Amino acid sequence: MSDSTATDAGDGVPHTDTVLPEPLSGAGYDEPSETGTEKGLIVETSEGAQELFPRTQTGPDELRREAGAVLRLPEGVVINADDIDIEVSDDETMIINMGPQHPSTHGVLRLMIELDGETVLRTKPVIGYLHTGMEKTAEELTYVQGPTNVTRMDYLSPLHNELVLSLAVEALLGVEMPPRSDWIRMLLVELNRMSSHLMWMATNGMDHASTSMMIYGFREREMILAFFEKTTGLRMNHNFIRPGGTAADLPDGWEDDVTVICDTVLPRLDEYDELLTGQPLFRQRSEGVGNLSAEEALALSLTGPLLRSTGVPWDLRRAMPYLRYDEVEFDVIVGTFGDNFDRYSIRLNEIRESIRIVRQIVEKMPAGDYRVQDKKVTPPPRGRIDESMEALIHHFKVFTEGFRVPEGEVYVATESPRGELGCYLVSDGSPKPYRMHIRGPSFVNLQALPLMMRGGLLADGVVACSSVDPVMGEVDR
Amino acid sequence: MTTTTDGDATSDAPAPAVSTPRVRRDSAQEILFPTREQYLEVVGGLRDEGFEMCADLCAVDYLTHPGRHLPDGMVPERFEVVVNLLSLSQVRRVRVRVQVPATDAEVATLFDLYPGTEAMEREAYDLLGIVFTGHPDMTRILLPEDWEGHPLRKDYGVGRVPVQFKGAPGPR
Amino acid sequence: MGLEDLQHNFLTGRLEDLVKWARTYSMWPATFGLACCAIEMMSVGAADFDLARFGMEVFRASPRQADLMIVAGRVSQKMAPVLRQVYDQMMEPKWVLSMGVCASTGGMFNNYAIVQGVDQIVPVDVYAPGCPPTPETLMHAILTLHEKVRVEDITRRPGLGLEVSLSSDEGADTDDVISPSDGTTGWNPDRPDAVHLGTPKRNPIIARSVGEPL
Repeated sequence: MSDSTATDAGDGVPHTDTVLPEPLSGAGYDEPSETGTEKGLIVETSEGAQELFPRTQTGPDELRREAGAVLRLPEGVVINADDIDIEVSDDETMIINMGPQHPSTHGVLRLMIELDGETVLRTKPVIGYLHTGMEKTAEELTYVQGPTNVTRMDYLSPLHNELVLSLAVEALLGVEMPPRSDWIRMLLVELNRMSSHLMWMATNGMDHASTSMMIYGFREREMILAFFEKTTGLRMNHNFIRPGGTAADLPDGWEDDVTVICDTVLPRLDEYDELLTGQPLFRQRSEGVGNLSAEEALALSLTGPLLRSTGVPWDLRRAMPYLRYDEVEFDVIVGTFGDNFDRYSIRLNEIRESIRIVRQIVEKMPAGDYRVQDKKVTPPPRGRIDESMEALIHHFKVFTEGFRVPEGEVYVATESPRGELGCYLVSDGSPKPYRMHIRGPSFVNLQALPLMMRGGLLADGVVACSSVDPVMGEVDR
Repeated sequence: MTTTTDGDATSDAPAPAVSTPRVRRDSAQEILFPTREQYLEVVGGLRDEGFEMCADLCAVDYLTHPGRHLPDGMVPERFEVVVNLLSLSQVRRVRVRVQVPATDAEVATLFDLYPGTEAMEREAYDLLGIVFTGHPDMTRILLPEDWEGHPLRKDYGVGRVPVQFKGAPGPR
Repeated sequence: MGLEDLQHNFLTGRLEDLVKWARTYSMWPATFGLACCAIEMMSVGAADFDLARFGMEVFRASPRQADLMIVAGRVSQKMAPVLRQVYDQMMEPKWVLSMGVCASTGGMFNNYAIVQGVDQIVPVDVYAPGCPPTPETLMHAILTLHEKVRVEDITRRPGLGLEVSLSSDEGADTDDVISPSDGTTGWNPDRPDAVHLGTPKRNPIIARSVGEPL
């Protein structure tokens, strides 16, 4: 195979024509073998102890967890690790790997699944493929720059991330927000909820093999994104909701734009309802699949549509209202069976409720300031910078050094389309956060996957994964 | 102007330390400061009181901020594990903060009480190096398996790569 | 074997044009959506900005069936070997489009967790800036790539004249440019073309590919 003629590169390293690259040395590579590159590549993408191991090599607690046994009842049935899947031996089951590059895992999620034929036994999600070190980055950015970082966590509902960070900073600052800024934020956040749920319906339809739903979902989403572009300047990752208010006021004519959006989306939702809910295949694939009970959901700290689908009527907008949610009327949609179909119908109806809220906001929007009139926190209007030296200095200080936040810590939670999105902020009195931790709902909701996939078919597992609605940006941060 | 001190706490564990609640739409949060030995008992007691869900578990490295506000008698340590519990029936939250020393960075796991803390504790271990004893799978979750170090610690750099801009005039 | 072995002359000129036309109009992307840019990539494939008019709406999940890898999103250190493995599994001819600033240079995340530019791992043909790039930007990038495919010489592909140095403390040396001295101008499958960047404690291997001048 190898040629005897060697060409010299001129730097003293001889090259032969048909030499394969040497497997790299260092961690992740074993000693080079005859199959050289292939073996090296396989070892390279292995994540060692984070993966799913055969039953014999897994400890009892972890075995129980992977098999979806969540509740450990002290006096009732405690699942014995030796009893898990004893009817199938290790030879008959197969551990396969799904992802991280996969069309159906909703981002870079890697699922290791032990299969008996087509039936799923144990599941282990391996995450971290999108870890961006955002919490570390947040310690280097000022509070004005913070929303640019945080907005890219849950990239399907970026305004929610900005909102929760801004609420946390304002809680520490102790400022009272002007009413108009609350209403503007609420409008944007509800529109974002609509666009996120429409996107979910698109990808969920795709996972159920309804490609037309994918196209329809994006069609509506484009309308909402066009409005965002008009208001915030960007289609995604807006950095518009900032501590102290919003970056700018709503553009003229926004009421008409928003009303057009609501009037267009609402009848189309009925079409999608007919397309999916009325279709026997869709119903058979989602009803009774991925069941969760309320105790399991509470034990696993699930929130959002997952918790509501099990029958627990918990919505932070209703239970612990923030912004002005106690001044608008909307229903909290609650499911019964905790299966995928319930979650689909919850999200569909949440779009309808969001439309209802948005219409009320259009009527009730007050006039006033869109950001807090505190000179130390809010930059001055751009026109004033030419006139007033003080305004120039304040602008400079706010944008270079940032404003100082009093020492303290706070935990603020909001209801994002995926569940409870929380921000735990520790400040040491400097213009940069000391510790910013975002409680991503998808990170916690993914723990439900082994439970939902257990005993189902592999195709049902794909739909279960979609029904959890994970956004890997906020899972991995 | 509303007062905000969410973290004002006196007294020592396990008696609850009361904070001044925010006036507007936020929910008031008490903060408890148990020691490591009292930690499981306190959280178990809260669970029996009606806190069905553990909303969040995270950890903080206080290496560069040692002078933080703690109730009298509490010894500040380098790490702190912060647990946020939520009661759906009573609609309130409570926060539990445990001090964890740097040399012996171990604390009991909440997995038996709240299985939902499994991933959260793995993240705290991965990014800060705090080991949760009794956890079924104490491995890294976000970083590659062969990573060395715990990035969110204050003595771990951000890892910034110097960026060269074409035609830059040179160091200022 | 294949078209690349043909000597470039006036007889094969028309054939090359036909091949380049065919490659341009049915370039199938591989799904490599990672983060926010993936959503914009899906928007490009959807109704308002239709990728199907370029023949590209089929996003092949299997890299064996794909021509174009659009790296959409930030590449973390954990994902980097996976990216390389997927790229290696693609069949020639293949192109890489780096979408977004995170994929091109690391973007706003200049920290321990993100690879500072996907061109550290795979050779990139077109970079699309933006955070995220609007669908129009992505389409412009795709059309630029099409232009590149139409204009370039298919008998000379990137991957020629690769210099591989196994030392970790050598800097990039621009004088050590080699060309195959045995007279072949075709693509050489035995010389891979890219750089591997691992997690911090691995020894980086520095390699450059000498393709066409920019």
